[in-house]
Amino acid sequence: MIHTLHAVYRRELTAYFQTPLAYVFLAVFAFCAPAFAFHIGRFFDTNRADLAPMFDYLPWLFVVLMPALAMRAWAEERDRGTLEFLMALPIPLWASTGGKFLAAWTMAAIALGLTFPMWIAVNYLGAPDNAAIATGYLGAWLMAGAYLAVGQALSATTSNQVVAFVLGTGAAFLLTMAGLPFVLSALGENAPALLSEFVAGLSALEHYSAFRHGVIGLPNLVYFAGLIVTALTVAGVLIAERRGGGR
Amino acid sequence: MLVADQLIKDFGSFRAVDGVSFTLERGEVLGFLGPNGAGKTTTMRMLAGGLEPDGGQAAIAGFDCSTARLEAQARLGYLPEGAPSYPAMTPRGFVMFGLRARGFTGGALCRATDLALERANLGEMASQPIGTLSKGYKRRAALAAAIAHDPAVLILDEPTDGLDPNQKDGVRQLIRDMAPEKAIIISTHILEEVPAVCSRAIVIDRGRILFDGTPNALAASGPDDTVEGAFRALTAASTGKGVAA
Repeated sequence: MIHTLHAVYRRELTAYFQTPLAYVFLAVFAFCAPAFAFHIGRFFDTNRADLAPMFDYLPWLFVVLMPALAMRAWAEERDRGTLEFLMALPIPLWASTGGKFLAAWTMAAIALGLTFPMWIAVNYLGAPDNAAIATGYLGAWLMAGAYLAVGQALSATTSNQVVAFVLGTGAAFLLTMAGLPFVLSALGENAPALLSEFVAGLSALEHYSAFRHGVIGLPNLVYFAGLIVTALTVAGVLIAERRGGGR
Repeated sequence: MLVADQLIKDFGSFRAVDGVSFTLERGEVLGFLGPNGAGKTTTMRMLAGGLEPDGGQAAIAGFDCSTARLEAQARLGYLPEGAPSYPAMTPRGFVMFGLRARGFTGGALCRATDLALERANLGEMASQPIGTLSKGYKRRAALAAAIAHDPAVLILDEPTDGLDPNQKDGVRQLIRDMAPEKAIIISTHILEEVPAVCSRAIVIDRGRILFDGTPNALAASGPDDTVEGAFRALTAASTGKGVAA
């Protein structure tokens, strides 16, 4: 059945490039990622040969750009009526959700790849730890994947792409913010420790942080993989539920 | 080849399909007739595996459309209502997507694509984005995708809607050509298509079958020996209204 996954993946990836979406997304990402590093992260002022100033701000770029990629996944199919065509093909739901996700995740990988001039620059200016940089890229890619999967699940709840985008951005924002000190303090000093730990554990930023410092931790890998699998399962369940329509 | 057994579908408190049963064998072309909202499209969606019935069963080539959905769908070609397709894709790309999802690769993929585009008479439009095509060509692109894998069962929801007279003739001829080897259901509001294409007709209203027989028997059941007269008489009686003059 892997051919069904490949068919959906191929169609989705092609579809990105058949509209301006792919080009706008890649151009905005390729411009904003270095711009954040230079102007907000003060790349030159740090006097360090690493990509930390870029990795620090990627999550905030992801909060807006990943839902923009994911919003069309199911909302567009429902809006155009092509969901009926898709559901009449002998494609298992895991292949539909997986193919759509992998195509969007490939776009994220291409976008991250377009930041290669930054990597060349730090290697030209100094002697960075390239293994740590590669780990940072891995973390960023996993984080992008998590936001894409959550965005796809939310796209399955509506036939309106704008609504899907707003929901996806809100969810990505909450996932990013969850572990920040001011959010935890907002829970109140009297909040049970278990609750604070749970909210902190939800934080994508917290789990991304280890990768950003060059560490691949199993709990962090499990967190992102778990979030991706869970969100894609929810998307599949929501679409499967439409077969029952009216019940 | 195709079995619908006491199919039921509810949307909230509204029963859209109420115990629809029929079987269809290879070589039969069934005209599925009924007024708007009669339950035709809902029945077809259940047969195509796009909707789960709330009661009853549907099967294609012996495979249950719910419990063995993928096997049933592998033997089915389906043209949904409105012929939805992806506007940025070309008809060729659209047909190839459906075939790839069915496991076609290499030379078999190219041959099946070319044959389907030729049979749907897409000509030079096969390489234009679907979004730029006329309604008739869009419908033919969706039709090409439905027939490309040479399915044993074809379900076509209003296949000639939006086509000009020449295009309608083309589609009817295509259906006649495919008929001996397949079981085909077409839903239509164009009643002249029934005697022209179909070997059998079912009239449905309010989710129930009102008539199941040959087009000639359907015409004979009406007040003026025409399919149109019979259709109006059956559906008017079903809704409790008198037959329009």
